[in-house]
Amino acid sequence: MTYAYYPGCSAKGSSADYEKSTQAVCDVLGLTLVEMSDWNCCGSTPAHAVDTELSAALCARNLDIAARQGAKMLLTPCPSCLSNLKHAANRLEKPEFRARVDALLDNPAAGNFPAVTSVMQGIAAHCDVNGIAKHIRKNLKGLKLAAYYGCLMSRPAKLMDFGDPENPSLMENLLTACGAEMLNFPLKTVCCGASYGIPERAVTARLSGRILKLAACMQADAVAVACPLCQMNLDLRQPQAAKAVDAFFNMPVLYFTQIMGLAFGLSPTALGLEKLRVSADSLLRKLEAEGGRS
Amino acid sequence: MNDANNLSRMRDAAFTKDVEAQSGQKMSDCYQCGNCTAGCPAGFVYDRQVNQIMRAVQLGLKDEALGSRSVWMCLSCSTCSLRCPNDIDVAAVMETLRHMARRGNRVTAPKVENFWLSFLDTVRAFGRAYEIGTMALYMLRSLRVFTDLDLVPVALKKKKLGFRPHVVPHGGAAAVARIMRRYKERAVHEGVRP
Ligand code: SF4
Ligand code: SF4
Repeated sequence: MTYAYYPGCSAKGSSADYEKSTQAVCDVLGLTLVEMSDWNCCGSTPAHAVDTELSAALCARNLDIAARQGAKMLLTPCPSCLSNLKHAANRLEKPEFRARVDALLDNPAAGNFPAVTSVMQGIAAHCDVNGIAKHIRKNLKGLKLAAYYGCLMSRPAKLMDFGDPENPSLMENLLTACGAEMLNFPLKTVCCGASYGIPERAVTARLSGRILKLAACMQADAVAVACPLCQMNLDLRQPQAAKAVDAFFNMPVLYFTQIMGLAFGLSPTALGLEKLRVSADSLLRKLEAEGGRS
Repeated sequence: MNDANNLSRMRDAAFTKDVEAQSGQKMSDCYQCGNCTAGCPAGFVYDRQVNQIMRAVQLGLKDEALGSRSVWMCLSCSTCSLRCPNDIDVAAVMETLRHMARRGNRVTAPKVENFWLSFLDTVRAFGRAYEIGTMALYMLRSLRVFTDLDLVPVALKKKKLGFRPHVVPHGGAAAVARIMRRYKERAVHEGVRP
């Protein structure tokens, strides 16, 4: 299956490893992701915080391009991009709103936009447990993981259509299919502090610290994430978070695609593992020790 | 003057209506159960808890609502909206208040606004967000030296920061700049702060 692909800006900078592992895993599973060539930033939090119509216009340009390129389905790895694109498509159904947004664009946006969904849901729709199992080269048996979704993936519930908004389970399903043991992680949708790390570091440090602390108490080997900003807050800012909650952490924080890629036997470099601040070597060693055969 | 008199003098019914119109939420539906506050992850830095903000809007206490720091510290996580028993999109109310506060030039957390504007400047310039550019502009705006100085060496080593901006090809960057210019022109024309 071929899908239009919207990487989002962080895929070209801080989360290049998410991009790399997403492409690698989808390759293995037979999903072809074709990057839209001239996509622009969705505006992220700053745009909608400043103005709803501005945010919708930035998203509408992308949706319009995808529609004109004949895409039926647009996939994005980033929950924040996903949320913005979905909010925009939804708001643009109102004619008055659409007219005001169209006035900001070069041309009025196409009539019908493609559906937008997350890479995670795209993978799950494309292959069931058996479809995943047949690609496993290194069973993740013995790995204890906490799945952390962040706040945007499942909320607002109706719009995001991601199952139980308080207790999503898609990531657990995918990683269990790879043999990992998934913890019942109660903070899975509690905010990590989002983009406040720069202007209000104390907020992000404390919220991320709480998540890491619980994962450590539950003896997780790693936290699995699906959002570039969550990954940055929990991994790159881990020492700040540790200080805020008076703890010490050495908790690897991997994208779920990096973990799936390990199960598929892809090399750490093919998955961009060297980009993690907290090294994933402890996981690799544990996998080796378990024998690593499916 | 007693407090009750004072309160009725401060009430502004038009403000309540405005918030309802802009957010699409019915403020009188809120019965102050406090569920929104109970789940709010940012509550520990709020000067007014989110149910208190809802109450202030109900009562038409414009200064109380728009002057609050909470409006700027809201993480837009939507936990409040999800848990409100009356199906009020509380996060949408918070966002509306932020828009109104910006327009009314009442920014109680300039650092937050500076960060957003710096980010949007890079989008205006390249069509895509540019991480180092955002930081540099933020430092200029806020006159603060890099707050994340401790992260620089490791961010560079792990190639977390792209050195070169990513410009949207095929004239896309210019198209984005035009969207942002039209937005600004309209805002100025309509008398709101872009
Ligand atoms: S949860 Fe809803 S009803 Fe309860 S206080 Fe908050 S806004 Fe009001
Ligand atoms: S959206 Fe804002 S007010 Fe609502 S729970 Fe999240 S941080 Fe609190």
